[in-house]
Amino acid sequence: MKKYKEVSIDSTTQQMYERAQEMGIETVWERLEKQQPQCGYGLLGVCCRNCMMGPCRINPFGGEPTRGVCGADADTIVARNLLRMIAAGAAAHSDHGRHVALTLLIAAEMAEKFKKEGKPVLELDNMASNTLPYQVRDAEKLKAVAERLGIETEGKTIRELAKEVAEVALHDFGKQDEEALRFLKAYLNPKTYEVFETAAAKAGMPWFENGILPRGIDREIVESLHRTHIGTDHDPVSILLHGLKTSLGDAWGGSLIATELQDILFGTPQVIKAEANLGVLKEDYVNIVVHGHEPVLSEKIVEAAQDPELIELAQKYGAKGINVVGMCCTGLEVLMRHGIPIAGNFLQQEMAIVTGAVEAMVVDVQCIMPATVDVARCFHTKIIDTSPLATFPGAIHIKFDERRADEIAKEIVRTAVENFPNRSKKRVEIPKEKMAGYVGFSVEAILKHFGGNLKPIEEAIVEGKIKGVAGLVGCNNPKIKQDHNHIKIANELMKRDVLLIGTGCWATAAMKYGIFLPEYADTDNVGPGLREFAKEWGIPPALNMGSCVDCTRMLVLADLIARDLNVPISALPVVGSAPEAMTEKAVSIGTYFVASGITTHLGIVPPVLGGPKVVKILTQDLYDIVGAAFIVEPDPYKAARLMYDHIMKKRKELGI
Amino acid sequence: MPTDSTPTIFIDPAKCIGCRQCEIACAVEHSQSKDLFSAIFEDPLPLPRIHILPMGAYNVPMNCRHCDGAPCVEVCPTGALFHDEDGAVMITPEKCIGCKMCAIVCPFGIPEFEALNGVMFKCDMCPDRRAEGRVPACVEACKTGALQFGTIDEIVGRVRKETAEKIIKLKEGEYEEEYNGWDLYRSMYAEIIRVNEGESK
Ligand code: SF4
Ligand code: SF4
Ligand code: SF4
Ligand code: SF4
Repeated sequence: MKKYKEVSIDSTTQQMYERAQEMGIETVWERLEKQQPQCGYGLLGVCCRNCMMGPCRINPFGGEPTRGVCGADADTIVARNLLRMIAAGAAAHSDHGRHVALTLLIAAEMAEKFKKEGKPVLELDNMASNTLPYQVRDAEKLKAVAERLGIETEGKTIRELAKEVAEVALHDFGKQDEEALRFLKAYLNPKTYEVFETAAAKAGMPWFENGILPRGIDREIVESLHRTHIGTDHDPVSILLHGLKTSLGDAWGGSLIATELQDILFGTPQVIKAEANLGVLKEDYVNIVVHGHEPVLSEKIVEAAQDPELIELAQKYGAKGINVVGMCCTGLEVLMRHGIPIAGNFLQQEMAIVTGAVEAMVVDVQCIMPATVDVARCFHTKIIDTSPLATFPGAIHIKFDERRADEIAKEIVRTAVENFPNRSKKRVEIPKEKMAGYVGFSVEAILKHFGGNLKPIEEAIVEGKIKGVAGLVGCNNPKIKQDHNHIKIANELMKRDVLLIGTGCWATAAMKYGIFLPEYADTDNVGPGLREFAKEWGIPPALNMGSCVDCTRMLVLADLIARDLNVPISALPVVGSAPEAMTEKAVSIGTYFVASGITTHLGIVPPVLGGPKVVKILTQDLYDIVGAAFIVEPDPYKAARLMYDHIMKKRKELGI
Repeated sequence: MPTDSTPTIFIDPAKCIGCRQCEIACAVEHSQSKDLFSAIFEDPLPLPRIHILPMGAYNVPMNCRHCDGAPCVEVCPTGALFHDEDGAVMITPEKCIGCKMCAIVCPFGIPEFEALNGVMFKCDMCPDRRAEGRVPACVEACKTGALQFGTIDEIVGRVRKETAEKIIKLKEGEYEEEYNGWDLYRSMYAEIIRVNEGESK
């Protein structure tokens, strides 16, 4: 068994992990150990299970077998497997986006229906009504998005605009023409657009007519599966080009739609102070952890938890009230918009239950370990699954339906409250540690903070006060000591005067270590230039931009800077990093960062090393095709150095 | 000089990628049906006689060395353990009294206890296959060359030849390390282990 200090640098995780061991509760680290050794064919990506002549595997030492039954070699197999990972990641993000678009449409249609029925409601044209489950909270953003999309806004009600925007979004998912996504066209600067258009020709494949411009979000994902079917596409180059295209459908399509429409429905994040880590669980309260990725549900849970009737019920059972806290990206969504505290990132989901103080963990989709149910069995905790897409054996199923959102949210909260008397007080142990930080740095909030444009950031970059910008993205992976690489890379970059922006489990990690406090700029972990800049503008040296689907906020920001400088994104002194990557979504994000022109570091090597050609394309050739490529480096110090070198190279090319 | 004509299984941890196909093949070989899809429904479930041990960035396949002067054979009070005509160390379960002495003296930790019948079991170099002139199941399953079957002379002869070839190439300056994804992976994994451990000190 591992020692508690080996699994994490987070003291609350260490504490709860030790507790789990004492109680004999198996956690993610034991399960990883039991998986050792992990199959090398899988680790290298040379295992093919795409047909029933297989499974096939390639000898990584050059001997036989060098080909699968069909004749596919290592590079073909590796490329196909990678494309499938990208497609799955893009599918997860995009399906999330679809749910949001459908929610917006449903809300607009309900408003229309209510109006026709003459229901006594407030301002239905503005979709501000206390009887509608979902409203338009940010009408300004709705108008801005509609204008970007080229929708006529003059003389239209909010309800009409909401419907039209939702329809354009949904059209992007399923459209069949050869044109690029409407959202992509609306958001992407012309210089980068040109890169996408010409990428395939540069790679020697002119028959990709519009280059790597995605046509339909769903279409590219489906085509990924088609291409990787036995006997279809075998050239690693074209397979990977389609990978870029699919990931761009995620970036400038599915994920972007998720972020933008969530802002419209739930409000665009603005800078607020909040708290993070397991210490946000409260001893005398009913604790509800919302975990997963979609705010469509958690927004309603947060609302329902404020219901006086339910609070009274909680008090009747002897609790002081109801405490909703977040976990993973669902947590970040409600953190960013409402300052709801976040209990932790991916590797803390089991740890939260081990506190013995959680009445219910309400889960939706993605990154929720089925093992939470097993850990919950050791306590009174109830796992409540809510998405029709995700059913957990052993959990309580309260499936969500947007049309009855209020009612269901209340039922979920009531279930949690009624579970409070089952809590064994003796078995409660909540770690004390928590940390405050400023969150809510949406593009809009950043623009507002800097006086309406990005000139201050751009000038600081040109002056060299800030050397560049690094976008750090989420995930924990039990193969890496929790948060270790997140924090080391962050510090190493900040020391070199690189401004950080970030999302996902990285953002939660950074918050737990105080990096989102303006005071952090005074520490030795921040260089003099960045310190001065942060002080001048009253910001922390790193900005929390939201959940992993919100990586698009970082793209939009990069796009704005590229526009101002009239260059493609790939010309900017900007890098990306996923220090502790784990999901297929991270593979898609990494790919769309690179495809969009942002050289990206990965701290965990994805299953590609078995294909030498594929490795070369990903780490070298892509520079010529899209102007960016992958850097793989497990050591956070070396990684930070490589990222910094890339920034300096870009500065030199720009002549600054 | 008399040579050793008994073949044995040689292991190369550098080439073991931890796929554990050898374990599955071994279990199937020691099942009643000798067929994977039937074997998984058998009661008792067949067990592998080879184990892959993860040792940091390496994996080490461990199975019986079929020692010439086998301590297990020497120590066995009932004569349950014996060398068969191919030199393989075999066990007669009927004679085994479950004293576990063999497990105590085996320098490699090979003999295992089967609780159901109270007897030991161990790698037997696949006697049915040997009878047919086939290589052991684990060796056949291993596609990376981590497991090799042959006499000591054959194996060292092969290694000697490969090294000699490498020396010539090096001397002529044309030797180039071939792309090897597994070595690359292993060095990255070693780095992760190092980074993880570095902080705990
Ligand atoms: S598609 Fe080809 S390589 Fe893959 S399992 Fe089938 S035969 Fe083997
Ligand atoms: S069981 Fe151990 S001692 Fe006996 S022959 Fe095998 S390796 Fe040697
Ligand atoms: S356990 Fe069985 S095989 Fe081993 S030494 Fe004792 S009697 Fe012999
Ligand atoms: S089959 Fe070969 S490579 Fe695979 S685990 Fe066994 S010895 Fe190692």
